[in-house]
Amino acid sequence: MMTDLYQSQRAMRQMRRQAMQRGVVAILDVGSSKISCLVLRFDGSGRLSEDNTIGSMAGQTGFRVIGAATTRSRGVQFGEVTAMQETERAIRTALQAAQKMADIRVDHVIACFSGANPRSYGLDAQVDLEGQLVTEAEVGRVLNACDVPDYGAGREVLHAQPVNFALDNRSGLIDPRGQLGQSLAVDMHMLTVDAVAIQNIVRCIKRCDLELAGIANSAYVSGISALVEDEQELGAACIDMGGGTTSVSIFMKKHMIYADCVRMGGDHVTSDISMGLGVPAAVAERIKTFNGGVHATGVDDRDMIDIGGDTGDWEHDRRTVSRAELIGIMRPRVEEILEEVRVRLDAAGFEHMPSQQIVLTGGGSQIMGLDGLATRILGQRVRLGRPLRVHGLPQSATGPGFSSAVGLSLFAAHPQDEWWDFEIPVDTYAARPFKRAVRWFRDNW
Amino acid sequence: MRPLTATRAPVIHRTKALAGPDAEFDSADTNDADAQPILRLSGARIFKRTARRSDPAPSRLSYRFQRWMLTPGIRLGVKLGLPICAIAAAVGLYFASEDRREAVSAYIADIRTSIQERPEFMVNLMAIDGAGAGLSDDIREVVPLDFPISSWDLDVEQMRDTITGLDPVKSATVRIRPGGILQVDVVERQPVIVWRTRDGIDLLDETGVHVDQTASRKDHADLPLIAGKGADQHVAEALEIFKTSHSLGDRVRGLVRVGERRWDLVLDRGQRIMLPTERPVRALERVLAVNEVQDLLERDVAAVDMRLGQRPTIRMTKAASEDWWNTKVTVGNGQ
Repeated sequence: MMTDLYQSQRAMRQMRRQAMQRGVVAILDVGSSKISCLVLRFDGSGRLSEDNTIGSMAGQTGFRVIGAATTRSRGVQFGEVTAMQETERAIRTALQAAQKMADIRVDHVIACFSGANPRSYGLDAQVDLEGQLVTEAEVGRVLNACDVPDYGAGREVLHAQPVNFALDNRSGLIDPRGQLGQSLAVDMHMLTVDAVAIQNIVRCIKRCDLELAGIANSAYVSGISALVEDEQELGAACIDMGGGTTSVSIFMKKHMIYADCVRMGGDHVTSDISMGLGVPAAVAERIKTFNGGVHATGVDDRDMIDIGGDTGDWEHDRRTVSRAELIGIMRPRVEEILEEVRVRLDAAGFEHMPSQQIVLTGGGSQIMGLDGLATRILGQRVRLGRPLRVHGLPQSATGPGFSSAVGLSLFAAHPQDEWWDFEIPVDTYAARPFKRAVRWFRDNW
Repeated sequence: MRPLTATRAPVIHRTKALAGPDAEFDSADTNDADAQPILRLSGARIFKRTARRSDPAPSRLSYRFQRWMLTPGIRLGVKLGLPICAIAAAVGLYFASEDRREAVSAYIADIRTSIQERPEFMVNLMAIDGAGAGLSDDIREVVPLDFPISSWDLDVEQMRDTITGLDPVKSATVRIRPGGILQVDVVERQPVIVWRTRDGIDLLDETGVHVDQTASRKDHADLPLIAGKGADQHVAEALEIFKTSHSLGDRVRGLVRVGERRWDLVLDRGQRIMLPTERPVRALERVLAVNEVQDLLERDVAAVDMRLGQRPTIRMTKAASEDWWNTKVTVGNGQ
């Protein structure tokens, strides 16, 4: 089963290379409240500008967004596909609009989704080097030597990234290749999700006549785009407050070391308003967007909001509610979400991190006064994050709700090395029985 | 406070305002049309189904179709290939009929002749410069043109080649001068030597090219005479020899090409100076030098053989030989 996954991930990497050669790839963020699609064109320019500085684009100049479209998501709950046909239609809508804007046909898609119960595992392994030199094959061997825990049937490895290498007693190596030593150790972060969720998304994308060139967890990709470089380096948590889920990812030394997901988000706030005020979900969403907040002040008691209705009953259609009441509905739910995030961070041992920066991003982070509330619950160092600037991104897609789409573009342009980017040593292939037989003979006689 | 939802209900206007619950009763006998609400639709969008759909999604077919149309090859085909095919088909259908084809070609030919026969393009006469009367007639004969003729129909290059192909013509230029004149400028070849063969007497120019035939040698008595097969190939050498033999005056009869190899200079009284293949002029100069000193050619000599440079030989006439024998016998008998 491991080899199977390894092969399919390698096939996706191959597909990504093909897309790079063609120069066009679509980015699909399948969220619970919206599906956004960006079309990227890779123009092959380097990571750094001419004068060798990072520049205003933070070095992300290898690609350009040539098409962007967003549509309301259908058939996705808690970041998982629940109604395949509906989701497929939504993907088709977003993709068609983005294609139309880009004026080019796109065949390869890199997708991300948030739900499906992500679970993090820390793996490590140590091997003695065959020669003195650390080669690519040695890295592959040490990665393969990791003792994979039993993560349960029906789950699939989504990310498996080597986070840290140690050569003899020197730890903290980013890239040990070419160095000399006796034994090589690795720490690997592995993220597993429910296999059914992945299969559903893959199937949706296949039904749209597209090839999947990569798949990522949205907690990871929104961390890539919302955390600035030193936050990623020194350690920070990215909290992506989406519609159906709130994803948590912790970064350290530019690697994700933990990801989790709270199955509550902005949609729950909306449904609370909808239930509390007795209005349709669309109206509740509108009220939340325009008048929502989490800190009630004296003036909010006098600020009356027309909540409307079209029943024909004059009294019913002219109901009003004060903003304080609205805040009274929203705040407990937001607090609950943040408390839940706090629990996840505590479980991950976030308080032991050297830097405890917390970045709130995602569409839900636009609730007025959220940073103040988050400061009370999560810790002092909280800021609101917006995605990194990339070339050609429309102004309407630069809000915090697009941080996972933008992060996925960065991921598409410069993916981190994963376990399947290294060759598995030959002897673990079951498909080489003869070689194994020879090896067995040589070892035993 | 603004309403939260945009209403799509049709706006109802009444020409006459109803006031109170009794108004309906009051106006029951008035014109019914006034009480009827007049619908003012806020745009035709209200009838469109898409305007009400909150989730517009492309159908599978339209999605596929759009992707198909965004494929570069198909796009090029639709933008370029389809119009080209349509135009080609239309043209092909039109020209499928024989009558239409002929009509079009006749129409084109008509336009063509009407342009070509404009007076600006007509040529009315041919002017020949640099040729004698006989040659002019010859040129008019080989380039038969019936004037007036359109300059589009004249092939000037070919005419020039034809005229240059005439023997007496060294070079020719043909051009159409403004005013509708075909101007032919000819440089004639000048005969410099007479070549007598078994077939007749030819006149050659300095490069050995045949210029003309003549009936009699007497017509060109001032020109030197050569004879023999292949003599026309070496006219330049012959002229050199004639120039050198100038001091012999009118004793020179001509040059004979022997065996297509060398020259014999023939003088009167049947005398011959047989010149070698190589450097004949030098050999002739030697003979002339001897002649200057010893009056060699004035004597009774039949031939001076210079074919071997190391051993010039003189053949005497028969009479001279006999004479010499007698002298010899006398000398032999006596002293």
